[in-house]
Amino acid sequence: MEMAYLIETIIKIVIVMLVFSALAGIGTYFERKILAFMQRRLGPMNVGPYGVLQFGADAIKLFTKEDIVPTNVVAPVFKIAPVITAATAFIAAAAIPFLPSFTIFGYEVHPIIADINIGILYILGIMGVGLYGPLLGGMASANKFALLSAARGAAVFISYEVVTGLSILAPIMMVGSLSLIDFNEYQAGGITSWMVWTQPVAFILFWIAAFAETGRTPFHLIANDHEIIDGFGTEYSGMRWGLFFIGEYANMFFISFMIPILFLGGYGDGSFLGALALLGKMSFFFFFFLWTRAAWPDVRPDQLMMLCWKILMPVAVLNILVTAIVMM
Amino acid sequence: MFEAIAFYLFAFLTIVMFFITVTTAQALYALTSLAAGMIFISAFFFILGADFLGAVQIVVYSGAVMALYAFGMMFFDTTRDVKEKKGNSLIIFGLSTLAAFLVVVIFVAPMVTDNITAFYPIIEGVGNTQEVGVVLFTKYLIPFEVAAVMLLVAMVAGIVLAGKKMDLSLTEMSDAEIRDMREEKNKKVLS
Repeated sequence: MEMAYLIETIIKIVIVMLVFSALAGIGTYFERKILAFMQRRLGPMNVGPYGVLQFGADAIKLFTKEDIVPTNVVAPVFKIAPVITAATAFIAAAAIPFLPSFTIFGYEVHPIIADINIGILYILGIMGVGLYGPLLGGMASANKFALLSAARGAAVFISYEVVTGLSILAPIMMVGSLSLIDFNEYQAGGITSWMVWTQPVAFILFWIAAFAETGRTPFHLIANDHEIIDGFGTEYSGMRWGLFFIGEYANMFFISFMIPILFLGGYGDGSFLGALALLGKMSFFFFFFLWTRAAWPDVRPDQLMMLCWKILMPVAVLNILVTAIVMM
Repeated sequence: MFEAIAFYLFAFLTIVMFFITVTTAQALYALTSLAAGMIFISAFFFILGADFLGAVQIVVYSGAVMALYAFGMMFFDTTRDVKEKKGNSLIIFGLSTLAAFLVVVIFVAPMVTDNITAFYPIIEGVGNTQEVGVVLFTKYLIPFEVAAVMLLVAMVAGIVLAGKKMDLSLTEMSDAEIRDMREEKNKKVLS
């Protein structure tokens, strides 16, 4: 039994790694295509039909490009920073139930790597550590723009963590557990038992904080587009830069899995349709990330901090108070 | 077996990381290894089955060290070595070794003399979070509340200290207003 469990876990880890690194690559294709359609362009068209092989071409380019470590950088920290971003994204995925449990060849498979009973706290904590990648990369590369981007990264981190934690606290109080599977079972009774109807405020707050967590527009401060350069990634080239991207897109996918599981019923009763519904909801939230990028400008760092500390945090605290009073 | 491997691996990593933190002369190395050591410590909580405390360790200390990074960024050029003023290295070495030895003795002595029993043993089938909550709100209620009050005091003090001229925002003022403000400040300095 011990051995079977070990083999099963290793297989699950390999599958999650492979699927989501590939998805992160394909995610860039989706992003370019959707942005292009929203801006009345065609996007990538030349490589393969409708440009679907573009991400393969990108991968070849990134893997074979010369890996430059500039002269004045702090080399060990500079080299490890992209690994932190990519690795923490996948470590966080260990506690996400991607699909309902199913039986294959008479063997019951739970598509979650480790069902620890503090899943949400663990995922949010590890995803928070992911912001160390941009921070270290920006501070280690001897470049003032990269340093500025790292400073903004620290500001974003300190602001959004509070909102994520407080917004998720009210639903946790209702469910009485920090496990994502318990969240799913709490909402298994169909559309009327979804958490979003009882906790709409927490849902919106968590969604906003997810944008800050993944560093997407309108909170795309860590790699500020206004400076035309790529923020913390200015000095990076080749696959090191690519690792930052894999981490960012993997994070987007994992957050897009988490929002439906927390608030929109997850995979429901665990039937095949429920699994499809979860994938559909996940796709919508991923699409929404891209949609926002096409539709909205970035906010300034001081506006983000004002939004987080002066508006979202008091609202989250009020939400917790109201929930507690109603529950009593 | 896995527990032993994990324990020795993370013990080694934690000690190496904190050793780098103490010995290095470069702020960026020190901060990064401090953050890594704090996160590696959480592994011990996970090995012992205290998942909640492990996750809290990661959340709290990654945020706390992030604030240290912000200070490092403001005070040093973090990519260069800091010139440290070193006193008599023999005294420093001797005292720190003695202190470490004493700490080990203080914690190990009760374990050696009698069998340690948990005041609040793990209850089978009860979640980790609930157990921490029960202990925190019965046995340790007063220390918990006192800590909360102290944090509140610290927060109020911080806001008072940092809150001068918080109502002014240079980005929202027109150029004329900023010029007026500067002139006023100069007048104050001159008079």
